[in-house]
Amino acid sequence: MYLSTIDQPHAEQRSRGRALFLLSGNVFALGAVSLVTDISSEMVTAVLPVYLVLGLHLSPVAYGVVDGAYTGATALLRLVGGYVADVVRRRKLIAGLGYGMSAVAKLGLLAAGNAVGAIGAVIAIDRTGKGLRTAPRDALITLSTPPQLYGRAFGVHRMMDTIGAFAGPLVALGILAATAQAYDAVFMASFCIAAFGVLVLVLFVRDHRGEQPPKGTVSPSALVGLMRMGQVRRLVLAACLAGMVTIGDGFVYLLLQQREELGIGWFPLLAVGTNLSYLLLATPLGVLADKVGRLKVVLGGYGVLVLVYLLLFGPLGGWPLLVVALALYGLFYAATDGVLMALAGPVLPKALRTTGIALIQTGQALSYLVSSVLFGLAWTVWGPASASRIAAVLVAVAVLVVGLLLRGLSAKSETVGEQA
Amino acid sequence: MKRRVLFALLGAVLLTATAIGYSVFTAREHPVAQATDALSLAAGPRILFRSTASDSEGRLAMVAKAAPGGPRQVSALSCLRVYAAGGTGACLRQDGALATFQVAILDRAMTVVKAIPLVGVPNRTRVSADGRLVAWTVFVAGDSYNNGRFSTRAGLIDLRSQDMVDSLEFLSVTLDGRPYTAADLNFWGVTFAADDNHFYATMSTAGHRYLVAGDIAAKSVRTIAENVECPSLSADGRRIAFKSAIDGDPAKGWRLSVLDLASGTRTALAETRSVDDQPAWLDQNTIGYAVPRGTGDSDVWAVPADGSGGPRLLIPHAESPAALG
Repeated sequence: MYLSTIDQPHAEQRSRGRALFLLSGNVFALGAVSLVTDISSEMVTAVLPVYLVLGLHLSPVAYGVVDGAYTGATALLRLVGGYVADVVRRRKLIAGLGYGMSAVAKLGLLAAGNAVGAIGAVIAIDRTGKGLRTAPRDALITLSTPPQLYGRAFGVHRMMDTIGAFAGPLVALGILAATAQAYDAVFMASFCIAAFGVLVLVLFVRDHRGEQPPKGTVSPSALVGLMRMGQVRRLVLAACLAGMVTIGDGFVYLLLQQREELGIGWFPLLAVGTNLSYLLLATPLGVLADKVGRLKVVLGGYGVLVLVYLLLFGPLGGWPLLVVALALYGLFYAATDGVLMALAGPVLPKALRTTGIALIQTGQALSYLVSSVLFGLAWTVWGPASASRIAAVLVAVAVLVVGLLLRGLSAKSETVGEQA
Repeated sequence: MKRRVLFALLGAVLLTATAIGYSVFTAREHPVAQATDALSLAAGPRILFRSTASDSEGRLAMVAKAAPGGPRQVSALSCLRVYAAGGTGACLRQDGALATFQVAILDRAMTVVKAIPLVGVPNRTRVSADGRLVAWTVFVAGDSYNNGRFSTRAGLIDLRSQDMVDSLEFLSVTLDGRPYTAADLNFWGVTFAADDNHFYATMSTAGHRYLVAGDIAAKSVRTIAENVECPSLSADGRRIAFKSAIDGDPAKGWRLSVLDLASGTRTALAETRSVDDQPAWLDQNTIGYAVPRGTGDSDVWAVPADGSGGPRLLIPHAESPAALG
């Protein structure tokens, strides 16, 4: 019996049309925390370049040094965070620590002044907080949801997350307008909003400690055991492979912009288009994944990615190209981002679920870094048209391989989940 | 449940009050300095700059070269970066809407004669000596194709022919004497030669930063030195003032230097602080540059161009200096 069903004893009797309400309050609480936190972090992302360049007079190279801190080695820390969360059996605590670090980093921006090193350190803390919180949060989502509803739970969470990402830049610009370009007011407001996110987490998100196996189940040898599990190995491998053939948003938008000779001003709007599509489709695709099978939806999502890469130098042009390409790109994210976690959830033993999720996310992120470098090289050597077509072929191959790798995973895992 | 909602509401109220209180406390006061329409970009012993003083923040202003610390004349025009030469001004400024920018071209009487939309955060601007060519550099946000590194775009316009280039990345590049193509080319900090065809700029690729010499008509650039950033050509076209990353590592800061183009000799200037600005030639022997005082405020300093002497405070609460004659 799941706590979520205890919470809502009448849920099962409700009509299918109101299926969203089957989700436990914890999922919505985590969604609300992500929404609020994303408003805060996207506020800073939106104004940081202007602040660094115009407020602090950083030159291109200094800006690059600071910007590089974003991609610092937080991957390992994410794994450590996931493992520690499992060891102490306190996912909420570790997630809260991550959210807290990012909140404090906003105040750090105020304190750092114009010291380049300090600003870089503050941004690294912010990124570390993000790395630390993601896996425990996703583990909590699965632990608060019956396995047959994972897709929908992640769909709702990612939708709420993206709503926050949408609102952030607007809030920041509003504050800049109201205070005559006072960047410190934006950072202070960003801190207050992030602190509110932490408060919502503390007050409304419940940890799931009661369901845990006794201590000692989580140990370094259990970790090795996790990697020995065929299904887990296949999942991590599949995630790495998928990350390896994904060429990165920047490249996709750059190619669209060059192809259509868009004014460079349209650049940020391309991401807005993708996010809008993602926002609208995340929940429906999560629901669909629960119904028809998560693997099918993930593979379908990568199939859509093949289309996007082919469209970059395909028959469409002008506005239709932009609308179709961005809508499909959002569809790709909606069909893969949360659904992959929903797919992985039941396979991972509960005691090591945070570690497992961190492993998959880290594998994906690292291979994604490698793919960006390789695509940059392919672009230089063969030109953008050939490079994007090669990428499309590689994604198609990856769809087949991932399909073979994960075949039978979801059907079996449903029962594993039910027994747990 | 009720108590948790109460706590959340209480927290929301407190945090909102903090954010609003801070905003009200920090909101910038509007400038009160008397603005004048009588400023001119005609050649003369004056220095144009952007004021960062609290009573005229963001406004263009001028001082006499002989009395740079003395009274300033303030224009009604606000800019984020400015430069002027040959009776033409370039003013990078906000473009009405909140997140977009433009380069406003100013005539001799400092009226805006043309506005070109910019995408990205304004960073550098320069005008050729006779006022015919204008160049600008912006940072492009969201352009993360080169994997976490910065991305810039440099554009320029020929005001006589109205030919405009919004990115130099189409130029054919010769690196160390060999043809070179890459997706990660970045250009910034353009400075023009007197013939209105040749220019110098910084180019970065694969983690290296080069001084490039460009030819607008031939649509080409070639690298001539490494670790030279934000070049500024002297009026006689023989020396380039620049900043270079100490030990080639930007994290260690920047050193102002002058490169003799004929001999290739580099002379470190007497300014020992890290200066992250495109230097400007105030006369044949003096380099001007901004040193920040904190967020949104800085001073213009001057240092001899031959490595002798020491830095001196030239114009307090100012940045973006341009000598008009």
